[in-house]
Amino acid sequence: MLWNTLQLALRSIRRNLMRSFLTILGIVIGVAAVITMVTLGNGATKSVSDQISSMGSNLLMVMPGQRFGPGAVPGAPFKSADVEAVRSQIAGIRLVAPVVNKSATAVYQANNWTTGITGSSNDYFEAGNWEIAAGRGFSEAEERSGKAVCVIGETVRNKLFGRQNPVGSQIRIKQFSCEVIGLLKAKGQSSMGSDQDDVVVMPLRTVQRRLSGNQDIGRLSISVKEGVSIDAVKEQLTLLLRERRNIGENEDDDFRVMDTRQIAETLTSTTRILTMLLGAVAAVSLLVGGIGIMNIMLVSVTERTREIGIRLAIGALEREVLLQFLIEAVVLSSLGGLIGVALATGASIFLAGLIDIPYLFDPTINLLSFVFSAAIGVIFGYFPARRAAGLNPIDALRHE
Amino acid sequence: MSDAVLIRLSGITKTYGSGQAAFQALKGIDLTIEAGDFVAIMGPSGSGKSTAMNILGCLDVATSGSYEFEGVKVEQLTRNERALLRRNYLGFVFQGFNLLARTTALENVELPLIYRGEPAAERHAAARAALKQVGLEGWDHHTPAELSGGQQQRVAIARAIVTRPHVLLADEPTGNLDSHTSQEIMNLISGFNRESGITVLMVTHEPEMAAYAKRVVRFVDGRVDSDRRNGEDV
Repeated sequence: MLWNTLQLALRSIRRNLMRSFLTILGIVIGVAAVITMVTLGNGATKSVSDQISSMGSNLLMVMPGQRFGPGAVPGAPFKSADVEAVRSQIAGIRLVAPVVNKSATAVYQANNWTTGITGSSNDYFEAGNWEIAAGRGFSEAEERSGKAVCVIGETVRNKLFGRQNPVGSQIRIKQFSCEVIGLLKAKGQSSMGSDQDDVVVMPLRTVQRRLSGNQDIGRLSISVKEGVSIDAVKEQLTLLLRERRNIGENEDDDFRVMDTRQIAETLTSTTRILTMLLGAVAAVSLLVGGIGIMNIMLVSVTERTREIGIRLAIGALEREVLLQFLIEAVVLSSLGGLIGVALATGASIFLAGLIDIPYLFDPTINLLSFVFSAAIGVIFGYFPARRAAGLNPIDALRHE
Repeated sequence: MSDAVLIRLSGITKTYGSGQAAFQALKGIDLTIEAGDFVAIMGPSGSGKSTAMNILGCLDVATSGSYEFEGVKVEQLTRNERALLRRNYLGFVFQGFNLLARTTALENVELPLIYRGEPAAERHAAARAALKQVGLEGWDHHTPAELSGGQQQRVAIARAIVTRPHVLLADEPTGNLDSHTSQEIMNLISGFNRESGITVLMVTHEPEMAAYAKRVVRFVDGRVDSDRRNGEDV
């Protein structure tokens, strides 16, 4: 009986291609939309966390001040003595790079480009996972004397030099001329969307003397040794800085210590919320697809009721008719679900390539939307049929 | 003619609706039909002839009274048992043909055999033979939309007789056909009655069609008004 009924169901699908196609279409679009959105969202989250780890692992950033906006606590900038104190008194740290950020316009021949100037030391490159693609980093003498030398990022090279090799050329920044001694390997966009390669790095002392005109240090980048607890280092750092900055026992810190893990958590939670939003929007389309199926099933119910009447009249049992309709609904919705999954896989791989994020297969969402679509198809395909099959054959036959 | 009683109706009533709106379509029918007979049921609209036909075909159930089919009390059967009775003993021909749309003639004729669980090869052979018997050889793969009314009714007859039923029930089988086609259909039906001994019950309001039958039962107002054999004097 099962085999016969399966044949009947398949025959009925083949015979009503348009109706079957429309039934499937709603499911296909719904399933594909949900899976694609969630997959791309997961890819974006992955890409953000990848970029964060490209900033350098085990990285701590110390900044003066607490909180932004209203209620912000200003804090005095750090000085070179703070850097020395951290370097000599805190156990478990690999590097400490003092950083000063300024904005200035760099000029080379007829080209000019406004960019961020970072004053730091060679340690900055190492802590931030920067590689030098051409030329060299700073020498100790250059760092100590504050010589006018710089290492530039790929974007700055592009804007000022085009494809030319910049090493050895002189660029003008504000009132002074500066020799390009190195070129950084491109890193691409940061997780916050800014261009990490739009940068000119000079020795700390050069920036302090020629651009900011004071001894202030904007922040400290600290790389913690492998295997050392970041939390322990943070604690030591906080104690040391509170002491050096004379903060009373009941006063809040006037500086912040952040680690890359913390930054990563903040950012990935943002993209995760976005993923959920996109998924919710797509789920609505799956629901609309389900309503489409319901419509088609209900519209065809008159014809189907007569068909059921004919089948009952020539001797089909109620359960045979129902089984046929159930199989029809299951086959159609599963087929729709499978096509949807296939379409979503194709679209996700294509779109992930287009917006440059990794493609991650998510079995949960694939299974979930497949099951949901199958359930919709079965419910809306089966229940109208169940009502019709319960009629007296003559009433089903006379159904208008 | 065999005198074996095939069908015995006694005191059959059928009421539609309830309370004030109740309408009694059959007011107590007593009727006995022998195997091999060809009975035409006639009567004006609303006389209850189609209602009686639906009850005889187990497509509907009577409100009261007793219906014996080959000694089995139909009112005691379950829904599924009535379906099995239709499957194994009855064949139907309707005024509106009632073929499955977008389905070939062959598949339509095969349908009752599928429910009987016959193997595919035998099913095909039987369906082709039935189509040949109704004069539709070579029309196997045409769908109802590609067939004329007369041809559709032939497919319906083939579907009804493919299971070799004991009784062929025809409800206004020529109601939608012109007079020439009607005669062809009637010749087919009376041929099956004559040659295969299938008992035929046919509802009609046309005296020309009733003339093919051996016995004419006339309904008026939910009761049997007259019952005579063709050829006898009134």
